[in-house]
Amino acid sequence: MPSILSISGVSKTYATGFTALKEVNLDIQRGEIFALLGPNGAGKTTLISIVCGIVNRSSGTVTVDGHDINKDYRAARSLIGLVPQELTIDAFESVWATVNYSRGLFGKPANPAFVEKVLRDLSLWDKKDAKAITLSGGMKRRLMIAKALSHEPRILFLDEPTAGVDVELRQDMWEMVRRLREDGVTIILTTHYIEEAEAMADRVGVINRGEIILVEGKAELMRKLGRKQMTAELRAPLASVPDGLSHYALELSPDGTQLTYTYDNQSDRPGVASLIRDLEAAGIQFRDLDTKNSSLEEIFVNLLRQKP
Amino acid sequence: MNLRAAPNFRAVWAIYRVEMARAFRTVLQSIISPVISTSLYFVVFGSAIGSRITEIDGISYGAFIVPGLIMLSLLTQSISNASFAIYFPKFVGSIYELLSAPVSYLEIVIAYVGGAATKSIILGLIILATASLFVPLQIEHPFWMLAFLILTAVTFSLFGFIIGIWAKSFEQLQLVPLLIVTPLTFLGGSFYSIHMLPGIWKTITLFNPVVYLISGFRWSFYGKADVSVGISLGMTLVFLAACIAIVAWIFRTGYRLRN
Repeated sequence: MPSILSISGVSKTYATGFTALKEVNLDIQRGEIFALLGPNGAGKTTLISIVCGIVNRSSGTVTVDGHDINKDYRAARSLIGLVPQELTIDAFESVWATVNYSRGLFGKPANPAFVEKVLRDLSLWDKKDAKAITLSGGMKRRLMIAKALSHEPRILFLDEPTAGVDVELRQDMWEMVRRLREDGVTIILTTHYIEEAEAMADRVGVINRGEIILVEGKAELMRKLGRKQMTAELRAPLASVPDGLSHYALELSPDGTQLTYTYDNQSDRPGVASLIRDLEAAGIQFRDLDTKNSSLEEIFVNLLRQKP
Repeated sequence: MNLRAAPNFRAVWAIYRVEMARAFRTVLQSIISPVISTSLYFVVFGSAIGSRITEIDGISYGAFIVPGLIMLSLLTQSISNASFAIYFPKFVGSIYELLSAPVSYLEIVIAYVGGAATKSIILGLIILATASLFVPLQIEHPFWMLAFLILTAVTFSLFGFIIGIWAKSFEQLQLVPLLIVTPLTFLGGSFYSIHMLPGIWKTITLFNPVVYLISGFRWSFYGKADVSVGISLGMTLVFLAACIAIVAWIFRTGYRLRN
């Protein structure tokens, strides 16, 4: 699939001397949902700000659908919608006025029917005459999205879209993102909620200290780096793990009633069936077995630990 | 022609309309307040002092101060309108939208400065109408009157735009207008002819750029000026060119906007 956004060798050093990005290379494929994960201060917002034209980069090139963001900034920017992390709206403007303003700012002719559809989709239509200052936090967040969608962008950046948003609204937003993707919009989201990336993203990028340390399909990432755990609840507590089972590297709980076996698809450790057989052979009886996959969050945390 | 590379007139119009809408939303502060202030100037200067100074250069004192009063409001309001217009989105963070939009620097300046200048020109004309209720007015050179009005409004709106970008706090936003512009305006011959000053002060006053604006503007009313109208026009254009150069540098470097 051809990339719609290409970031090549982008670095950013602020006037204070702080280097926010180091030689970042990233290609975003057309029509995908890409989640950019990273701890606070990793460079996520700086990267988005550079692509959107808000911050000047120190070096490197960025093209949006083949348009250089400097030489052909009008074409590049007209394809992008941005929902920033902070709720930054002119508080004294009405919902209707501010969304139409955004559409005009991006050079689109007035289209009341389209703006109405956007507001209805985001459950803001009955607030169209309300001033932004009177809206709740969740509504303001939706208004930010409405402004970003007002000019019919082909790429939508969502910078921490569900920060401080209640569960119901978060689910609504996920649904909206999926609908946009069905319409062919490429979505790039940064998030602290790993479950958000896990639920929605096609691919995941991890950024840490200004460097992209990994870009991988979500399913592939889970398969490669995801770990599985099996926990056996024992009928009788053990004082220690029998020597015959040492090659499994089992963990015994402090009270001796649980044995935990961690394995993954990449390792050469024996499988679960083999362990169960060996447990029975060693005369260890268990009451219950529980298995679970590690979440994207655990993968993320492990990655950051591995690459300090 | 690549339409995506074409000028974004819709963006200019969108920004301009928002700026004008703000003026109408805050009509008390934008229009009524300066009109009341001007009326008070007439009461204090026109009546109280004017009764002791009958004429300057053959013009009644009340009529003499009208161009200066208009310039006083024009300068302060142009600066205040433009500086606030660009500082406010910086302050609340909504500037991200402007910076991420397909809008050129020139279009941004035209929209903001156009909005600010329009508001102050309307205000100047309202003050002129208010003044006509107090004193008999004559405008000998209406074309030049409008030319000075527009030129000054645009120049000082540009100056305000620069202050709005430079300012990092509301205090800084007020610093230049309060500490520099207002004193220069009061000392720029709004309420007197610089010929009335003693020798050394007359020379010092000639370093005040506002003198040239007020003098040229007063000439367009009464055909009499403290300094040659050509010099007035030239000084205004020099200041305009300086403001344009600074704005161009700001946008080229991204100073306090994209850094």
